[in-house]
Amino acid sequence: MLEVRDLRRSFDGFMAVAGVSLTVPQGSISAIIGPNGAGKTTLFNLITGHLKPDSGQVMFKGREVTGIPPHDLCRLGMGRSFQRTNIFPKLTVFQNVQAAFLCHRGRGWNLFAPVERLYLEETEALLDSVGLLAKAGEVSGFLSHGNQKQLELGIALALEPEILLLDEPTAGMSGAETRETIQLIERLARERSLTLLFTEHDMEVVFSIAQRITVLHQGRVIADGEPAEVRRHPDVRRVYLGEKHDR
Amino acid sequence: MLRRVPWPLLVFAAALFVPALGSRFYTFVANDIVIWALFATSLNLLVGYTGLVSFGHAAYFGIGAYTTGILMKKAGLAFLLAFPAAGLVTATFALVFGFFCVRLTRIYFAMLTLAFAQIVWAICFKWNEVTGGEQGMPEIPYPDFDWVERVSGILPFLGGYRTSEYFYFVTVVLVAACFWILRRIVGSPFGRMLTTIRENPERAEFIGVNVRRYELAAFVLAGTFAGLAGGLFGIFNRGVFPDFAYWTKSAEVLIMTLLGGMGTFFGPGVGAVALILLNQQIVSYTEYWPLILGTILVVLLFAFPGGIAGTAQGFARWIGRRLGRA
Repeated sequence: MLEVRDLRRSFDGFMAVAGVSLTVPQGSISAIIGPNGAGKTTLFNLITGHLKPDSGQVMFKGREVTGIPPHDLCRLGMGRSFQRTNIFPKLTVFQNVQAAFLCHRGRGWNLFAPVERLYLEETEALLDSVGLLAKAGEVSGFLSHGNQKQLELGIALALEPEILLLDEPTAGMSGAETRETIQLIERLARERSLTLLFTEHDMEVVFSIAQRITVLHQGRVIADGEPAEVRRHPDVRRVYLGEKHDR
Repeated sequence: MLRRVPWPLLVFAAALFVPALGSRFYTFVANDIVIWALFATSLNLLVGYTGLVSFGHAAYFGIGAYTTGILMKKAGLAFLLAFPAAGLVTATFALVFGFFCVRLTRIYFAMLTLAFAQIVWAICFKWNEVTGGEQGMPEIPYPDFDWVERVSGILPFLGGYRTSEYFYFVTVVLVAACFWILRRIVGSPFGRMLTTIRENPERAEFIGVNVRRYELAAFVLAGTFAGLAGGLFGIFNRGVFPDFAYWTKSAEVLIMTLLGGMGTFFGPGVGAVALILLNQQIVSYTEYWPLILGTILVVLLFAFPGGIAGTAQGFARWIGRRLGRA
């Protein structure tokens, strides 16, 4: 589904991503972990076209997509959410998701149809499935942090992606919120047979749902494999998991 | 309750009624307001809806005015052709200038729009053979209204007005049509895409919005309607002058938009009414109009960031809530 080959990117001489390769098979749930500054978000931005790599390739569904702009990528079926919540704050919850439908289904250049009549059912159904239907009319900027993350997921899903890249989907959430969100993501991925790739700092989350884990450290992959393998890997224990997680 | 009142239709009807008051001055002021309202609303497509602040919107107003003026005066073309031509020519210029402007963001975008506007102004100022240079182009003819006299045999209510009043009616009808089109545009999926760009261009890009292309489309549309306003203004003003494209005009229209409220569709129109009426009133008392204007703006920006229309809307909602509770 998604393959990254020897991706590199530096900022002012600092190698943020120094030759990363990884493969995400169709239908899998994969995680990228690593300490702060390991290059997770940069790697995401390279994959999704926000940044152009210095070298390396990104292959998506068998074709090279390196460096193509995000608006084209998301038409090919790649959806993403952001680490810092990224919504349209002055629009209502409903309008946020509806906008994604409008654009994705090619209505964006329609200058004359009244927007209030388009994709009402689709939007409501999707809001229902991410658990925000009751808040459809609220201005999204005033939602709680957890709700905004749910909304972001809703926006991403409206684009009917085949693969979903989630950058720290539970960042800044309480324990209860985290569990709910993870259950939600798992259910949605199953229902829609999505391929998932996410970054996460919460080890509990990672080991509870990921089928494959890639560990980044200083811009390089130091371990890659099933959770049990990764957990045993000596380098991982040394640089990342540390004593705290050594249960 | 207030929502069900067809305000735009009422305003339209009231505007058509102005010449019947019999004062040439009122009609003159009303005509000025109507044209500026369109100009300000066209700018709001960029500032309020797309989040692009243009400091050079007068360029398109000027280009429209010169296009209609030159075509009607020098080529003797009918208004019926010269008016749409203003839109077309302006759209072309907006497409070329916009192509470069949307590649920049924020203050750089604003500065480049200003630079292009000053280029337009300089050309109008210097190109004597075509634009009349510094002296401008006086005596732009009014559209031909002889047909009205012929028709008035059958429809007597049409007859008996002055040419300037006939032109006022034409202006009101054309501006109303433009308002209708603009209203449709901002309420369309396209309009919603522009709003997503204003709110969060990064996210917009990742719901599949080609941000630059949409921005360019908004730029061209805004320019086109400014051009149409300019086309009307040249005739109304009985002459076209380089200062139509000067940066002070760009500032004036931006102030109207802010004063009226860029968060609402009719805000800039309200701003045009307020600013022009204030100007008329204050100028008759004092020569320090800019000082008063500046003071009003300072108060406004701090006390009523939503502008006149935004504040009124908030007030109406507050009343509505009070009534709903009682």
